[in-house]
Amino acid sequence: MYAKTTESLLPTLPAETPQASRRTVLRGSAAGGLVLGLTLVSGRGFAADGSPGGGKAVTLASNTAPPEPNAFVRIAPDNTVTVIVKHLDMGQGNTTGLPTIVAEELDADWSQIRFEFAPADVKLYANLAFGVQGTGGSTAINNSWDQLRKAGAAARAMLVQAAVDAWKVPADEIVVSKGVLTHKSGKRATFGDLAEAAGKEPVPDDVKLKNPKDFTLIGTKIHRIDYVVKTDGSAKYALDVRRPNMLTAIMSRPPRFGGGVKSVDDKDARAVPGVVNVVVVPQGVAVLAENTYAARKGREALKIVWNDAGEARSSADMLADYRKAAQTQGAVAAKKGSAEDALTSSGKVVEVEFTFPFLAHAPMEPLNCTVEKAADGSYDFFAGSQFQTIEQMVAAKYLGTTPDKVRIHTMWAGGSFGRRATPDGDYFGEAAAIMSKTDGKRPVHLVYTREDEMTGGRYRPMFYHKIRAALDPKGGIAAWQHRLVGTSFMKGTAFAPVMVKNGVDSTAVEGVSDMPYAIPNLLVDWHDAPTPITTLWWRSVGHSHTAQAVEVMVDELAHAAGQDPVAFRLAMLKDHPRHAGVLKLAAEKANFGQKLAAGKGRGVAVHESFNTVVAMVADVTVTGAEVKVDRVVVAVDCGIPINPDVIKAQMEGGVGYGLGAALRNQITFKNGEVEQSNFDTYLPLRMSDMPVVEVYIMPSMEKPTGVGEPGVPPVAPAVSNAIFAATGKRLRSLPFDFDSLKGA
Amino acid sequence: MISLKINGASHDLDLDGDMPLLWAVRDILNMTGTKYGCGIGQCGACTVHLDGQPVRSCQTPVSAATGHDITTIEGIHGKVAEAVQAAWRDLDVVQCGYCQSGQIMSAVGLLTQTPKPTDDDINGAMDGNVCRCATYGRIRAAIHQASTKLV
Ligand code: FES
Ligand code: FES
Repeated sequence: MYAKTTESLLPTLPAETPQASRRTVLRGSAAGGLVLGLTLVSGRGFAADGSPGGGKAVTLASNTAPPEPNAFVRIAPDNTVTVIVKHLDMGQGNTTGLPTIVAEELDADWSQIRFEFAPADVKLYANLAFGVQGTGGSTAINNSWDQLRKAGAAARAMLVQAAVDAWKVPADEIVVSKGVLTHKSGKRATFGDLAEAAGKEPVPDDVKLKNPKDFTLIGTKIHRIDYVVKTDGSAKYALDVRRPNMLTAIMSRPPRFGGGVKSVDDKDARAVPGVVNVVVVPQGVAVLAENTYAARKGREALKIVWNDAGEARSSADMLADYRKAAQTQGAVAAKKGSAEDALTSSGKVVEVEFTFPFLAHAPMEPLNCTVEKAADGSYDFFAGSQFQTIEQMVAAKYLGTTPDKVRIHTMWAGGSFGRRATPDGDYFGEAAAIMSKTDGKRPVHLVYTREDEMTGGRYRPMFYHKIRAALDPKGGIAAWQHRLVGTSFMKGTAFAPVMVKNGVDSTAVEGVSDMPYAIPNLLVDWHDAPTPITTLWWRSVGHSHTAQAVEVMVDELAHAAGQDPVAFRLAMLKDHPRHAGVLKLAAEKANFGQKLAAGKGRGVAVHESFNTVVAMVADVTVTGAEVKVDRVVVAVDCGIPINPDVIKAQMEGGVGYGLGAALRNQITFKNGEVEQSNFDTYLPLRMSDMPVVEVYIMPSMEKPTGVGEPGVPPVAPAVSNAIFAATGKRLRSLPFDFDSLKGA
Repeated sequence: MISLKINGASHDLDLDGDMPLLWAVRDILNMTGTKYGCGIGQCGACTVHLDGQPVRSCQTPVSAATGHDITTIEGIHGKVAEAVQAAWRDLDVVQCGYCQSGQIMSAVGLLTQTPKPTDDDINGAMDGNVCRCATYGRIRAAIHQASTKLV
């Protein structure tokens, strides 16, 4: 969710856990240590059938069980290969893609591959792009690529060495294919046969990786690892966790951001059948009950007086403030030549503004987290954990313990779109705070209702963009001055030292400050707009608004110049072959430039995010103020395509997610309170809205890059540009103001 | 006492008759395949069958479910259900998967009534099932594919 970086984002990491010496033995090994032949199903209690809990009861590790010294791959005598996945799978498919990388270098048969979510352990499972354990920024595949290739290759080398020892033949005469080792003498062994012996071999320091042209699994059609458990109801999400004697907790939070509890009368709530306890925590008031129904009833019966501190503005007030701020220059994010001079000397300046609303993530599974206290005073957390290292630290703080006493069991997550990853581990902190106020005897499952999720904050911040640009009479764009106003959600967090440089939050301006077009005079600046409203990255982060501003503006300038929108862009993309490549591919596949019937329009956009470049061509039919998006053609360059079908699915999903927001999503405030509360007021994209999506993947031999987010940014501008093509009207701000099409 | 017949098994439960069937299934019987998404009948994640008809279990009090055959995702079987699940798997429909129990229950309901649905039939039957991962294109394709096994 934030830009790739190799620096550690947290200057101080949690205390070292006591098993460091065991890992030290294996230090320097390619995979951070491998132990083959380990037969235990899991010290962490996850079933080995590829799904956490596997549809069965989750049993906890005994507190004395040693952590597993092998980091990423375990081969068992029963011939299964279990790949440890250090990332959360919230639908993007990394529980298929990451094991594919291991299986490829291992020459395993796909049918023998299983997976487990990794425990929280920053030493073994840090995201190499962040320095802490966590998932985001479309980094799962990219940061794991070398790590897992080496892990797979090292395991393969150990199996081969075991065969060499047993068969007394040279290593280079042994063939490994689909999980079987063979020798021309007729000797044959499965991985399972050799697992135990291989486990005793030293972990090789240096391993040879395959030439990508020899890949047999990567790039092929492999079914998602979760395609059965997610179609028969057996996949266990965090909300499905059922611990013995567990209580369900539902919280009341202040209606205004920055507000708090003044007084609570919980008498009626405690009288509700099934309600067991009411506790006040810094974040609000929690009702603990035997089940969700009783907890909801209990919360309804709470009488709370809130203080009215905090944000009191309405959305319109905020926008007025942003417009005012935009009258002066903000912190400079990018500067080339002199945009001001070029604009002054230019005959014709195009000046436009774009507004973007607050947005809720609305993942299908509302936020929730279970915490259970173990006999020795340590804790087990169960959640769709997306920022394990931070969550351990935050939970430990509320529980008065150390992060190593916080174990996290990562469950399937029913979507996230950024919401489950917060720099302050928000909902883990809430669950921990509630647990800290109880006697600790019963596990607590904190659940959000849909209303809690929608009114509880962590929105994509509202943004205002003002752009002034001028054409170059010789072709292209002479000058571009771009001012943004919007809230930084990085300032004040542990990520600020890396993400906020020279007063500029890179997540606020990404996609503008680094736009690919060759423009000689560019000035990008940004004003922070602080508010107590809690804001957060939202699938594709800054690109969720910057792509719309840049790609619609470029389209406007192309039309002002009387040029074809694709040709106009290509002329300014000479130094960006990946952009040019996907743009040409999408345009060709969509037959861009073809004459269309009245009321139909075709629009294009291209945008890079998270090192993946995506171009889209959208087709729309406009009837009065009604717009139907008929088709979106997508071309994507994400390096070596590991699982082409998963990439396609992420592009389809990105189109749907971005389109839903563009068509009608906004979170608005009235006197500081959120006006939307559920899917009846925050209207999601539905089946009948979904366009046909065609996806084309650029062949590539480059290191793979992410696909979870990059499918979102280009869809709104492609549709906006298509609406212009159909009607001659520009819908710049989001969500689209279709009423303005009336009489078009 | 509330008596519920779910997937062929009878359960006598001491419940408030107003409790939505969703919470009885998920919290009391710990059958978690049926999902909570909105609680107000807007998302379809909680869809179950009542005498073979898709209903939103978050909007169905347990008192209204007594005396009916309730089927959840864990209990579906037969030609239509098998065709639907097979098509879902063949086309790798799922992403996060959280909505898919409800999608499958609605799709089975649709194909039971209308073995050869048009795109409009699909919109009509499936528009109440939200998928935030936007797997709609594949759901539509999977319904058409399952249909070929039924007619
Ligand atoms: S939970 Fe019942 S319709 Fe959404
Ligand atoms: S698959 Fe994620 S909500 Fe449908």
